[in-house]
Amino acid sequence: MDKAKELELKKIATEIRKSIIIQTASAGSGHPGGSLSGVEILTYLYFVEMNIDPKNPKDPNRDRFVLSKGHASPLLYAVLAEKGFINKDELTGFRQIHSNLQGHPDMKKVPGVEMSTGSLGQGLSVANGMALAAKLDGKDYRVYVLLGDGEIQEGQIWEAAMTAAHYKLDNLTAFLDHNGLQIDGKITEVMSPEPVDEKFKAFGWHVIKIDGHDFNQIEKAVNEAKTIKGKPTIIIAETVKGKGVSFMENEAGWHGTAPNKEQAQKALEELQKQLESLEVQG
Amino acid sequence: MAKIATREAYGQALAEFGEVYKDIVVLDADLSKSTRTEIFKKKFPDRFFNIGIAEQDLMATAAGLATCGKIPFASTFAVFAAGRAYDQVRNSIGYPHLNVKIGASHAGVSIGEDGASHQMLEDIALMRVIPGMVVLSPSDAASTYECVRLAIEHEGPVYIRLGRLGVEEIYKKGELKLTLGKGIVLQKGTDVGILATGLMVHEAIKAAKMLQDEGNSVYLVDMPCIKPIDVDLILDVAKVTGCIVTAEEHNVLGGFGSAVSEVLIQNYPVPVKMVGVNDEFGRSGKPEDVLKYYKLTAEEIVNKAKEVMKMKK
Repeated sequence: MDKAKELELKKIATEIRKSIIIQTASAGSGHPGGSLSGVEILTYLYFVEMNIDPKNPKDPNRDRFVLSKGHASPLLYAVLAEKGFINKDELTGFRQIHSNLQGHPDMKKVPGVEMSTGSLGQGLSVANGMALAAKLDGKDYRVYVLLGDGEIQEGQIWEAAMTAAHYKLDNLTAFLDHNGLQIDGKITEVMSPEPVDEKFKAFGWHVIKIDGHDFNQIEKAVNEAKTIKGKPTIIIAETVKGKGVSFMENEAGWHGTAPNKEQAQKALEELQKQLESLEVQG
Repeated sequence: MAKIATREAYGQALAEFGEVYKDIVVLDADLSKSTRTEIFKKKFPDRFFNIGIAEQDLMATAAGLATCGKIPFASTFAVFAAGRAYDQVRNSIGYPHLNVKIGASHAGVSIGEDGASHQMLEDIALMRVIPGMVVLSPSDAASTYECVRLAIEHEGPVYIRLGRLGVEEIYKKGELKLTLGKGIVLQKGTDVGILATGLMVHEAIKAAKMLQDEGNSVYLVDMPCIKPIDVDLILDVAKVTGCIVTAEEHNVLGGFGSAVSEVLIQNYPVPVKMVGVNDEFGRSGKPEDVLKYYKLTAEEIVNKAKEVMKMKK
């Protein structure tokens, strides 16, 4: 990836981080930690990779993205607003009674949301269904899904992992947002799913491990996945929960707690500084 | 006359409609020989997906297929469809109102020898409280065929309750035409109304004859559509007869009888007696013996009819 492109993506990612803070702060609830950890992954998918068009959100040939970890809805809404699917003014209505931006994404209310999610462990199965439909219809769209590392404690994930391998869904790429934390603490202390890579390998998947905040590594992994035939790919992305906001990073407490006014102010100032330093570079 | 189980009619209907509707896909969870989706699988192997013994994955995969324009029929035993995978049916099918059809076979105690773990007596209650979910419960082969047709023609989630046991023909295929939300009047009468669904329609027909032999006039209705329910017909029966017996192979709590009562109590209260399983789990036995044990019989419908007629004002 050339430097200019990378810099542009970093700026978009920082804007999305600001939006996550603004949404959760204005709602007074929501999940900032796991939203911030997945920012680069979604930024890359929506601004480089996926064939999607906000003017034609139901194009049958479009690529699909399923946010299986539905509590990261502020991340998805921020990306959809940045991409033009929804109006940026709507974002401050997040989780409010008259808004379409539900606490967890509702496909019937928000254009660009491909599946209503929130009950963990179901998104991979849904993505399998979309990938099977593509094969049946002879279409070449691809299906992406973002899983949380705590989420894979749900047994259904492994049912779906079997199905994806059994039906050779090489048009499916899963991302694992491997930030190591869940509500009650470290995933390895709550209920360890490790070794995650070996488990997916054993289930018949092609496994790639990357730094989930590095656009170059994300790009390389997504492109590699497209060359793999006869099996699904999982990109295990090492990430930092709360990434980009110093006092949120690696703190399980920021899983489902919104910043108050002062905290939001502080976070936005930090992010603004990051943006300005990127402006200097660009 | 040969008896045909509604699950058998379901498999045949899928294979038949699969010719016309190319978007139909069928999914099963390792029970295709029992749910009879095998009939579809043999005809359309490319449009059949065995998901293995994984009902949660079955339901959510069907949801994904539906988002891409397919008409998935997710098929398994009722106890797994409505029990094991309830969260998936609620959140991945019901909440997004996806066009998934759930074919739930082996419902009720008449699955027999497998016993309580496999005898689903709560599915009508569980399914009808999911907003937007259509709940169908056919009584014979022809009505099953019609329920599958209604499911295909309706845009949205549909639950079809099917049985294991072979049952006699009530209707002729080709002559019966069902409408979503409408019951079937088998006969009109003035002394007591009997509203039955699924397997219990057969007992209700016998019960009506027994009551008539004793000089009673019976208004007899088959209700294949539990949700949306036929409010107009229920009120007509109530107004004409002044008392009602409901019959279902399900827990009396929250099921078909409750659905009928909800309509009556808010519009035209009349006494109601319910025939069903009285808040118990099932037990193993030959299907006929289990049905008798839980008093899911014509005799019990007659008893309840006599009781309810006495309660009329």
